[in-house]
Amino acid sequence: MNSKLIQLEDLGFSYDLGKTETIKGVTLDIPANQVTAFIGPSGCGKSTLLRCLNRMNDLIDTAKITRGTIKILGQDIHASDVDSIELRKHVGMVFQKYNPFPKSIYDNVAYGLRIQGEKNKSTLDEAVERSLRGSALWDEVKDRLKTSALGLSGGQQQRLCIARTIAVQPKVILMDEPCSALDPIATAKVEELITELRKEYTIVIVTHSMQQASRISDRTAFFYLGEVVEYNTTETIFQNPSQQQTEDYISGRFG
Amino acid sequence: MSNPFQTKQGWNQRKERLSFWSLRICTYIIIAAAIFIFSNIFMKGVPTFFKAEAPYINTEFFTESPQILSVWEDQDGQEYSMTKKNYEQWIVAHPEKEIIGLKNLTASGGGILGPLAGTFLLVVICMIIALFIGVSASIYLSEYCGKGKIMSMIRLSILNLAGVPSIVFALFGLGVFCWLAPVITDVPKDNAAFVCGWLWTDSYLSFQGWGTSLLAGSCTLAIMVLPVIITACEESLRAVPKGFREASYALGATQWQTIRKSVLPFAIPGVLTASVLGITRVAGETAPIMLTATMSEKSTLPWEQVEGPWSFLTQSVQALPFHIYTLAKFPDSEHVKPMQYGSIAAFLILVMGFALLSMMLRNRLRNKLKW
Repeated sequence: MNSKLIQLEDLGFSYDLGKTETIKGVTLDIPANQVTAFIGPSGCGKSTLLRCLNRMNDLIDTAKITRGTIKILGQDIHASDVDSIELRKHVGMVFQKYNPFPKSIYDNVAYGLRIQGEKNKSTLDEAVERSLRGSALWDEVKDRLKTSALGLSGGQQQRLCIARTIAVQPKVILMDEPCSALDPIATAKVEELITELRKEYTIVIVTHSMQQASRISDRTAFFYLGEVVEYNTTETIFQNPSQQQTEDYISGRFG
Repeated sequence: MSNPFQTKQGWNQRKERLSFWSLRICTYIIIAAAIFIFSNIFMKGVPTFFKAEAPYINTEFFTESPQILSVWEDQDGQEYSMTKKNYEQWIVAHPEKEIIGLKNLTASGGGILGPLAGTFLLVVICMIIALFIGVSASIYLSEYCGKGKIMSMIRLSILNLAGVPSIVFALFGLGVFCWLAPVITDVPKDNAAFVCGWLWTDSYLSFQGWGTSLLAGSCTLAIMVLPVIITACEESLRAVPKGFREASYALGATQWQTIRKSVLPFAIPGVLTASVLGITRVAGETAPIMLTATMSEKSTLPWEQVEGPWSFLTQSVQALPFHIYTLAKFPDSEHVKPMQYGSIAAFLILVMGFALLSMMLRNRLRNKLKW
């Protein structure tokens, strides 16, 4: 079980009801409690694949899974008795552009629990503190929990979004280029946080930065044109790739 | 050495100046028109609000409803003008005077409290109805329904509805709300379109209409502003960043939770802007309320002689636009002028007050909900 928390089998996905496939038969096993990085040039389908994992693509009318299955914890997530809302409580997501709600820091973190009907003040307080500590933000914001989240710096806002995600205690956290809008110092903090979070969560991260993938991930998948070119431990991918394409891409000689 | 950048006189320069001045003059024309309208109305109307002796404010104008104004001369050629009620007392008090050239002018005496209150109630009830239906419909249109051909046709027809002349809405309101809307009553009228028993009670559900009433007028006005409100609300819902929705869904929120907590609150400033547009349109409409809600003469104020909410809603009211319309039919007469201009000035101030209120509310919310 541990080695196959998320299993993709021959997954095909289309944005236009099956006319053209954006993802063309991807087969991957993502292990638990590790950081798995998706790398590849823009438009290769890695973000799309990430959004398949919590069925975020359901929000697009013309999106369609054309073939294959996604199993998380052994359960096919497109089975008829699966509610995408329940799924998303277990598979959280952090977005490219940090997007805290224009509410207080406290309300942002408590959002997920509140919509699940949690009203008990002390439970919420506890969860907010645990999540903010978990995202290494507690010491910076503990004195101003009631102030607007938009007063934080970009890096802090992104860590707040991570805190908001871990507040509902998901199994998996999906991160879609979480550092692309951040400066190097904020990036370092978020990366440090990701390394820390690996102990409790399974993390899948899409990134454009080779260095980031090599620094924080345990396994790396290289995508090109909707297909997985190579998937292996990060060490192997970066030091001894078996495909010429992979080597070209990570060494910057691509295209 | 000659200047290489020297100004060259020529056609381009002249065209430049011509376009600049024509644009500028067009702008000035608009400003001039606005200044003329406002200064004319306020200069002639505002004096009606005040009087020469203490307490300097013309309280009668704000605390009385319009009454018939009697104008006459006595045998010495002195002119009198007072409300008909006062005139009747005056004859009794002065039997020696001869009455020459008595004229009774409708709605030109007294004050404007009745129409003011009527317009206020019409606008408030109309906006409650219109905002509830309009916001609900725009949420459905922008969040729930897809983008199919049928939807774009529905959208187009909503937009087209905005261009329908107000007299058409008036006739629609007259037919549907005044003559056909259902009421629950013990004694149905003979001319009701359809009557049936109401649940298990002894009353009847009778489709006999609400008559010329506050409720019928408000509903007619509400239907008239719905297109404006729906279009503007939809736009402001769409303007809420996609990131808020995605973040909310990613935390396991249902669609309604997402709309309720992370879309609607941030669209409220836009909704309020829409309601400003709505209010200014609704408050000024004359045709719809003329057929469905108002009468020019009414002795009681809206809150007098009512038994319960239903009788409050189904009473007819006076309204400022209709009052002004009634006054405008008089030939230019010195005796009517204070009432004419006073009513118009008060009307303008009322509408501007409504708009200002929602604008202030919007700005406060916008500061709170900036992103």
